[in-house]
Amino acid sequence: MGGRRFGTERTETGLRGVAGELWRNKLLYAIALPAIAYTFVFGYLTLPYLAVAFEKYSFKTGLLSKFVGLDNFMFFFKSSWAWTVTRNTVVLNFMFIIVCSACSILLALLVSEVNSRFFSRAAQSFMLFPYFISWVIVSYILNGLMNTDTGLINNVVAALGGAKISFYTKPDYWYPILVFTRIWKTCGYTSIIYLAVITGIDEGLYEAACIDGATRLTRIARITLPLLLPTVCILTLMDIGRIFYGDFGMFYAIVRDNGTLMPITEVIDTYVYRVFKTTGDPGVSMAIGLYQSLVGFALVFGSNWMTRRLYPEGALF
Amino acid sequence: MFVRRATPGLYAIRLVLFFYALVCVLPFILILVTSFATETSVIRNGYSFFPSELSLEAYRMLINPSSSLPGSYAVSSFSTLVGTLIGVAITYGAGYTLANRQCKYRNALALYFFVTMVFSAGMVPWYMVSRALGCYDNIWALIVPSLMFSPFNMFLVRNFVREIPDSLNESARIDGANEFLIAVRIYFPLCLPVLATITLFYAIGYWNNYFNAVMLVNKPELFNLQMLLFKIQSEIKMLSSVAVGVTVNPPRESFKMATCVVTMGPIILLYPFLQRYFVKGMTVGAVKG
Repeated sequence: MGGRRFGTERTETGLRGVAGELWRNKLLYAIALPAIAYTFVFGYLTLPYLAVAFEKYSFKTGLLSKFVGLDNFMFFFKSSWAWTVTRNTVVLNFMFIIVCSACSILLALLVSEVNSRFFSRAAQSFMLFPYFISWVIVSYILNGLMNTDTGLINNVVAALGGAKISFYTKPDYWYPILVFTRIWKTCGYTSIIYLAVITGIDEGLYEAACIDGATRLTRIARITLPLLLPTVCILTLMDIGRIFYGDFGMFYAIVRDNGTLMPITEVIDTYVYRVFKTTGDPGVSMAIGLYQSLVGFALVFGSNWMTRRLYPEGALF
Repeated sequence: MFVRRATPGLYAIRLVLFFYALVCVLPFILILVTSFATETSVIRNGYSFFPSELSLEAYRMLINPSSSLPGSYAVSSFSTLVGTLIGVAITYGAGYTLANRQCKYRNALALYFFVTMVFSAGMVPWYMVSRALGCYDNIWALIVPSLMFSPFNMFLVRNFVREIPDSLNESARIDGANEFLIAVRIYFPLCLPVLATITLFYAIGYWNNYFNAVMLVNKPELFNLQMLLFKIQSEIKMLSSVAVGVTVNPPRESFKMATCVVTMGPIILLYPFLQRYFVKGMTVGAVKG
């Protein structure tokens, strides 16, 4: 930082401090104002509604409804769903983080080692494509593959003489299915970020290593991976911060209201939505949302603090 | 450029990548092929890359005037276009200001935006604020809430602008340009790569969004394409669960697949152009803020 700040000497308005700064750079702040206002409305104006978590909400009295203490939280934590949705959210996100990081690093390494401009371009184009497709369409694809009667997988199974598998009624299959779907959709995107870092590595390092007789694997292990580590840490930290947030768009599109699968596929976000939709009472949903936000917030700062102590280059802030 | 020797390992790498690329693309080919299959062939043989009979019946149903697809197409296109334009404009404005060294409070502002990235009150307050703003059961419900501005995109822009030398801004000031002119006339053209990236992010976000429609829209004529797709899957499911054992004449499966194809259409058509900018934009300071 430490750039020069010309303009500070222009004190003809006579204003000092905050007002002076705002006046001097009024145009600059004006340009940023729409975004500031938008963030204020959708980021900060939502915060007063946190109070609803402690109230018996009624639409007549709004935010000033009757205070009921922790009743809404008790309602959630006493139900068997509290553990189920928390477990599903954390377990699934944890698997997403581990498997997706591994796969995208691997993909980035493969593309960087492919040694052909055409091959690398084509591979990137194909890998990235699923990222741009909506979860609704992904749900159609999954249905086309796994439908009990018409799905492609079951056709192949039947053609080979096996018994058809009813995927949509067997929760056991769904952790792997969801993890696989997640990899398929997002790994290409993440690997492009890693690839950008790898491309930025000084070619001279590899040349020197090659002259010293390093094999491909040694080059990867001793040069590429160590230089990739800070980025891996940062992206993983961001994911850990969101480990308590289930991807509503993904889960609701794929599983919808399939009650049989819910013990495995229901995550906090879809549960909040379901409670809100079926009871219409924002109190309980809000309490669950607050629980989620607080743990998520603690996780962001906790994991960042840990990383800063163990490996400062990988810290987020 | 330094060239590595071709070894068996290299061919193994190419083979693995080739298979991964296939896995990424084949599902879409399955959708495309099935959209041309007749209903009987889907019922008899299931989803297949080689359907026994082909027909254009599904697409004929789609362009039928009584179909709700054209309306949904209009809703999706309008919200994507308007939302992306506004979104890119306000994101660029904020990103520019936060990168500007004269702005004394740029770091405080960065924190102001960053806080909303790590802490959100959740779905219910979001719903209530949106309703309070009047974004309910109208087109603005699909445009304004949550999609129009993302701090992540703003940080992308900020990091890009930061890379441009300060002296450019300085000399423009000495020539008498104000900050607004500098941002619009001088910096904007230089930022085109990153602006293309965030345009892509916003446009894809709008086009693929069904959450806003699920939460805030009840009128069927306001369903965007994704919401329409989302609905026809469950409604056809409902139908077939009622009409068990009845042989169905209208091409249901291929009709659904044809709807998928036309929904993906614009993305597929624009993909080759957008993909290039996307990779370029991500390469510039995407990672650390």
